Amino acid sequence: MKLITAIIKPFKLEEVRAALTELGLQGMTVTEVKGYGRQKGHTEIYRGAEYAVSFLPKVKIEAVVPSTLAAKAVEAIAKAAKTGQIGDGKIFISPVEATVRIRTGETDDEAL
Amino acid sequence: MTSRLHRTMQGLAAGAFALAASAMPALAAPTPNNGDTAFMMMATILVLLMTVPGLALFYGGLVRTKNMLSMCMQVFATLCLVMILWVTYGYSMAFTNGGGLNSFVGGFSKTFLTGVDSTTLAATFSNGVYIPEYVYICFQMTFACITPALILGAIAERIKFSAVMLFMALWVTFIYFPMAHMVWYWGGPDAFGNASAAVKAAEAAVAAATDTALLDAAKTALITAGVGEEAVKALADAAAVKAAADTRMGEVASDVGMLFGWGALDFAGGTVVHINAGIAGLVGCLLLGKRIGYGKEAMPPHSLVMCMVGAALLWVGWFGFNVGSNLEANAFAGQVMINTFVATAGAALSWMIVEWLAKGKPSLLGLVSGVIAGLVAITPACGFAGVMGSIVLGLVAGVVCFVFCSAVKHAFGYDDSLDVFGIHCVGGVLGAIGTGILVAPSLGGTGIPDYTSVPGTLQVGAVDIANQVMIQAKAVGFTLLFSGLGSLILFVLVGLIVGLRPSEEKEREGLDITDHGERAYNY
Repeated sequence: MKLITAIIKPFKLEEVRAALTELGLQGMTVTEVKGYGRQKGHTEIYRGAEYAVSFLPKVKIEAVVPSTLAAKAVEAIAKAAKTGQIGDGKIFISPVEATVRIRTGETDDEAL
Repeated sequence: MTSRLHRTMQGLAAGAFALAASAMPALAAPTPNNGDTAFMMMATILVLLMTVPGLALFYGGLVRTKNMLSMCMQVFATLCLVMILWVTYGYSMAFTNGGGLNSFVGGFSKTFLTGVDSTTLAATFSNGVYIPEYVYICFQMTFACITPALILGAIAERIKFSAVMLFMALWVTFIYFPMAHMVWYWGGPDAFGNASAAVKAAEAAVAAATDTALLDAAKTALITAGVGEEAVKALADAAAVKAAADTRMGEVASDVGMLFGWGALDFAGGTVVHINAGIAGLVGCLLLGKRIGYGKEAMPPHSLVMCMVGAALLWVGWFGFNVGSNLEANAFAGQVMINTFVATAGAALSWMIVEWLAKGKPSLLGLVSGVIAGLVAITPACGFAGVMGSIVLGLVAGVVCFVFCSAVKHAFGYDDSLDVFGIHCVGGVLGAIGTGILVAPSLGGTGIPDYTSVPGTLQVGAVDIANQVMIQAKAVGFTLLFSGLGSLILFVLVGLIVGLRPSEEKEREGLDITDHGERAYNY
């Protein structure tokens, strides 16, 4: 099993969700986050007071998938979230040791 | 005497005093016009709307999330506190004769509203037109409530609630009530008209010394002007009547607040409300010091939508403030209304354009700040300027206030959190000085009201712009000094008694939790 963590532009969330559902993924967790990479921030001005806003709003998607599906899922996210502009985000893949579905007690791939 | 009869008399111009004298021996109490009364009640409620929710939302939206409730709470509680103080002794201190101190402050004859009931009346700006005194008290009460609340913007996010309560009670007592007295206390048009009529009748009697009918008319006019009947009967001849009439005229003319006596023009409260609160705010923010993290941490407004809603409510409510200051629902109120529209729009546009040019983007906050700057500037001028003059005043106010809020503040580094000084004091000064220029009929203004040259009517006096501007500047200077020094003393005093600032930990945590035990948004 792999944990796929993707940081994407907020308005791309729906496209990414659709692409992953098409692959047969059963679920994901989404968090509204702030951060910066190469895109840096922007400037806001309130009555002449300028603030450099370093952290931009992003969406973080977390999905645990069977190892066999991981490559396809990453490819689907990368395709759906891409605009070609700076600030499209990143995808991280990490191994997962175990999974338990609380309701049934099923474990690992069956629980996904 | 009904107002309709009186208006007919106004039409007789020069002959009015003779008719007035014969028509008024048994002076019947004037009956307030129902339309005026209803209008003033609505205007009063509109001014209340300015404070809550208008000002509370405008200020609340500009602070950080953690201080939203504290801002609303300080505004709301100040409002309620001042209402009670106003009817207890504030109205009396502002709008009664103060004896030896009458130039500066009223007396205590109407403390606890003694002698006021639903039949007593308050004068307006037209001869013979009155409104119920209770309505006038309520209208003026809403002014007394919003003025101290304005100061809160300058000291936002860093003052203890207990300090706010104590300071507000002291500030309205020692600064606002006297200021309102100095600028707005006078005897009303009829006091001036009647005294002037008595003088003219006495002059006629003196000119025709043998004519007893004219002498009787002069005596009647003198009684109407408020001199006791026994005292008038004791007067031997026309010369004595003339002397008594002159004395009475002198009494009426001097029974006014100091700034009113100078001839300072302030229709709806440029000095009393805006300069007064603005300079107090500056003193407060200098004395309290900057918010923790000011200049290092970002302190953007937490909700510009609320700020916009608040500013819009302020504009709506300001029609009660400005147009209601006309005290009558007459044709002239329409001029005040249109001025309040166009000056505001002008200032909003000029702020927006200057910001667009200087900072690259026209912001909503800039636009609504321009709205407030325009409203402040037109406040003293709304009943004196013409429509085009009002637009010019608004355009200038938007630019100047923008410079103060965005450049001057940062250059000097004081933390006037929500720009109370930059908008209310600076806009108020501009409006007060501008009033002295724009009142000139040659610039479309109304001219200076004159109730004495033709008694019983409102005439337009000549305007010497340079002289009037000097008077306005003197009034502005006095207000800055009086309120600035007075507020300094009161802030220091409150600091000694309860302390002004919360602990650093509490300020960082936010006043909503530490002062009030609740938070604005639970989701």
